[in-house]
Amino acid sequence: MTAKTFAQKAIEQASGVPDLVPGQIVDAYPDLYMSHTASWRCIRTLEKMGVDKLYDVDRVAMVMDHLSPAMTAKTASDHSLCRSFARRMGIKNFFDVNAGIAHIVLMENGLIRPGQFVIGTDSHSTIYGALGAFGTGVGFSEITAAWVTGKLWVKVPESVRIEIDGELGSGIYAKDIMLKLIGDLGADGLTYCSVEFTGSYVESMSVSERMTFCNLAMEMGAKNAFVAPDEITFAYLDEAGAPREELKVLLPDEGAEYRSTVRLDGATLSPQIAVPHTVDNVLPVGDVAGTKLDQVFIGSCANAKYDDLVIAADVLSGHNQGRPGRPAHRDSGVGEDHGAGVGERGAGDPDRGRRDDHESRVRGVRGQRRRDGGR
Amino acid sequence: MSSAHRVGGKVITFGENVNTDVIIPGRYLVSIDPAELAEHAFEPLGAEVQARLRASDIVVAGRNFGCGSAREQAATCLLGAGIKAVVAASFSRVFFRNAINTGLVAVESPAAAEAASDGGEMWVDYDQGVVETGGQTFAFSPYPEVLREILADGGLIPHLMAKSGGPR
Repeated sequence: MTAKTFAQKAIEQASGVPDLVPGQIVDAYPDLYMSHTASWRCIRTLEKMGVDKLYDVDRVAMVMDHLSPAMTAKTASDHSLCRSFARRMGIKNFFDVNAGIAHIVLMENGLIRPGQFVIGTDSHSTIYGALGAFGTGVGFSEITAAWVTGKLWVKVPESVRIEIDGELGSGIYAKDIMLKLIGDLGADGLTYCSVEFTGSYVESMSVSERMTFCNLAMEMGAKNAFVAPDEITFAYLDEAGAPREELKVLLPDEGAEYRSTVRLDGATLSPQIAVPHTVDNVLPVGDVAGTKLDQVFIGSCANAKYDDLVIAADVLSGHNQGRPGRPAHRDSGVGEDHGAGVGERGAGDPDRGRRDDHESRVRGVRGQRRRDGGR
Repeated sequence: MSSAHRVGGKVITFGENVNTDVIIPGRYLVSIDPAELAEHAFEPLGAEVQARLRASDIVVAGRNFGCGSAREQAATCLLGAGIKAVVAASFSRVFFRNAINTGLVAVESPAAAEAASDGGEMWVDYDQGVVETGGQTFAFSPYPEVLREILADGGLIPHLMAKSGGPR
């Protein structure tokens, strides 16, 4: 028997077709279909099709994120449509606007498990590889089609191994490694590839850090990403309600064929930053120290877990930034109802105290972080 | 050379790594109507580019067209603007899927993308696997059967409806 990559095994399992080779196209039956607020588009499409029966209602997972809470009456009615649809169809895995970021919510609730094939209406659905699942992003028509038929066409990808060894220095994190890789390999460096992360550093990472890795693999064009499940994974899953004895782990075989192997020594890494206007425009953070910042956003599905926020809080601690808010200038008609906080910075003396704050923020942003915020 | 699956006309060219935020900014995703979305296609590049887009039939671009988000409206808005095909040096994988699934012809051909000229003419025959532009012909690997069927029916949802014999 030939040695197989994780992607080959995962797609063989989801399609029931044995001995797949890269480039082959097969129908796969995902274990879970994630859709966010965009679910309303799937529901409307379903109505247009005149279909009222789903392939397997228990494989549907809806999380009302991306636009939550609703900023407009239109979004509020979209949420309402999803709520009533979920009730009517008996969708158990429905998470409302207060649940959190979709990917994280599903992982924390034990819905993502090793070896599963998961599709989601979000390009960062590669994140599910953090728990050893095959996760990939699709459009809403494909989610609708999966609701109805249970399947979608999948091309078996080539695989690339990324091996990270060595200890990271102080103030350097999983995100820095990914930014470095994205900068080096480019925004299309791994287009259509399955990425398997290995190496001693990867084995030492928390599940939260593995999420950051797998999430950001998409920024190099990856179809999916994977970290082999281990005791760290099993402990996380156990807490999430997915006990070890229920799990069916898929691991790549020794000697499987990879298009290439990329190696990075974590010990040589310095803090990295991506600057406008492309995601692969990556520099050592020292190169932009002192740059004036107009807005700082802390969040996103790559870095808004508890440990990330602890790191950010540590950096900001002792630097009085005033109240959170946004500048008065707005360029869109959407979301005009932010209310308190909006425009506070723009009023009065907009530059008061800013320059010093911003400079210290850029300088301090990496240097002061401590690696003690993880779970 | 004639074929039912031959589309083309006037070309508009773009560069590399064209992001979905440039194709259709996130704030307009509250709609799925192709005509409404088309009004905002390439809005970040200004009114002049938008006017040229609406007067064009084929979008030609460099590497990694449609990178960024999984939003299907990046393909829908181009269809709404009257675009029939996108020919690029390469695509982000989600954009490629979304294009096929919404009935927008997407062809990966670095040579054809290189040979195209802004405002020039280009024709794509996806049955034959051929792109013609500026008197030159470029071959590309024809789509697998499953993708050709989806395209021929005008997208994934119409394809499913056709297979099931119309609305059920």
